[in-house]
Amino acid sequence: MLSISNLNKSFGKLKVLQGININIFEGDICAILGPNGSGKTTLIKTILGLVIPDFGSIKLNDKEIINTWSYRSDISYLPQITNFPSNLTVVEIIDLIKTIRPNTKMDKELIDLFNIKKSMNKKLVDLSGGTKQKVNIILTFMSDSPIIILDEPTAGLDPISLIKLKTLIIKEKEKGKTIIVTSHIMSFIEEISNDIFFLLDGSIFFNGTITDLKERTNENSLESAIANLLKQSHV
Amino acid sequence: MYKILRYSFYDLIRSKWCYIYFSFYLILSSVLLFLNNSLAKSIITLMNIIVILTPLIGSIFGAMYYYSSKEFAELLLAQPIKRNTVFLGQYIGLSLSLSASLVVGLAIPFIAYGMLISSEITNFISVIIIGVVLTFIFTAISYYIALSNEDKIKGIGLAILFWLLMAVIYDGFFLICLLALKEYPLENFSLFSVLLNPIDLSRILIILKLDIAALLGYTGAVFQGFFGKKIGMLIIASVLAFWIIIPIIMINIKSKKRDF
Repeated sequence: MLSISNLNKSFGKLKVLQGININIFEGDICAILGPNGSGKTTLIKTILGLVIPDFGSIKLNDKEIINTWSYRSDISYLPQITNFPSNLTVVEIIDLIKTIRPNTKMDKELIDLFNIKKSMNKKLVDLSGGTKQKVNIILTFMSDSPIIILDEPTAGLDPISLIKLKTLIIKEKEKGKTIIVTSHIMSFIEEISNDIFFLLDGSIFFNGTITDLKERTNENSLESAIANLLKQSHV
Repeated sequence: MYKILRYSFYDLIRSKWCYIYFSFYLILSSVLLFLNNSLAKSIITLMNIIVILTPLIGSIFGAMYYYSSKEFAELLLAQPIKRNTVFLGQYIGLSLSLSASLVVGLAIPFIAYGMLISSEITNFISVIIIGVVLTFIFTAISYYIALSNEDKIKGIGLAILFWLLMAVIYDGFFLICLLALKEYPLENFSLFSVLLNPIDLSRILIILKLDIAALLGYTGAVFQGFFGKKIGMLIIASVLAFWIIIPIIMINIKSKKRDF
């Protein structure tokens, strides 16, 4: 479904992505992991067309997508930090995204799920960090796109909302959607995803299932397996 | 693009800065009318303030708005729309909201003073149009500067520097050139130099319109003598249009190449 080959990107002298090759199939839930600065966000932004790669190709359903834009109607994206325009209300921001994206029918259901009906007419600047993240999640999940990309979706969420988010992700998975997620919370990754791409200094250091990783590192938990992987990389 | 424009406009028109800017013009024009006690004189004073102030405000807001809405722009860029739609929408929304504060803030006191039934109405409208045009020009330039500079301080600094260059330094430099080259015929040189500065151009346009070209001394006289009033104004208006179009094209090109 999504195939990335020989993707390279540098910012000045800093090589952020070096020869990335990834194949993601329909219905996969894959996690992109790696230490800070390993290139996770850049990789995601390249898929979304926010960062233009130096060379390499990204194909969605066998069509090259670099420097095009209409394919983005197939991708929902939850960014890491969102500072919304301060003087708009929650209703207005949802309306704006609804007018831009096709198939946005889920909004009412999600507003009920995350219990933000009371905040609908509040200005975005007056919302707490957690509520902002909930709005962000609603904006992402309200459209029915085959691919969902989540960059640190758990940031600022309380435990109840976190459980709701997990249920939401699992529901979308059951619908056969492809989900790409980055997070530093390993228990979250372990619960929702099956495939792992471990990035290190802009290259893929490990690619496989969570079970593969645990077997390779002889560890029981994903957290220690990742720590072990990092140790190996320094040897 | 219209959708983005509309929401940027809504966002900005409700911000406190917009109200402060509006109140400033409201107070300024009331005070001018009170002190001058004449529509014609107030309009001339207003012109002198507007040709300096609207570019400054446009420069500061253009850069600041880009940086403060950067993360939201990223969210919009991940939607199925073209890149230039996002940036042009934001730019036009910002310029329109600044222009709205300017127009409404100035118009209320002048209308209350009885401008609508006086002969000064066309002159007042030309001053307002120049204010709006300068807002669009300097907002576009500073938006472009911000788009080209990742660093916020550097971007805002450069935008203000550009304003300083056009509003203050340029005239000084122009004078020095005229003095240094006074042995030579300078008509063409001065005409050409004026075209390169939108603030000078706007000033000349209003002065030609108000029929007080003598006030401007050398350049005004040359301009009026060279082109005559009507053609002179037409040329200035088209050059000012270029001053808006070129930065917009530059914003377009830059937004296509940049990483976010």
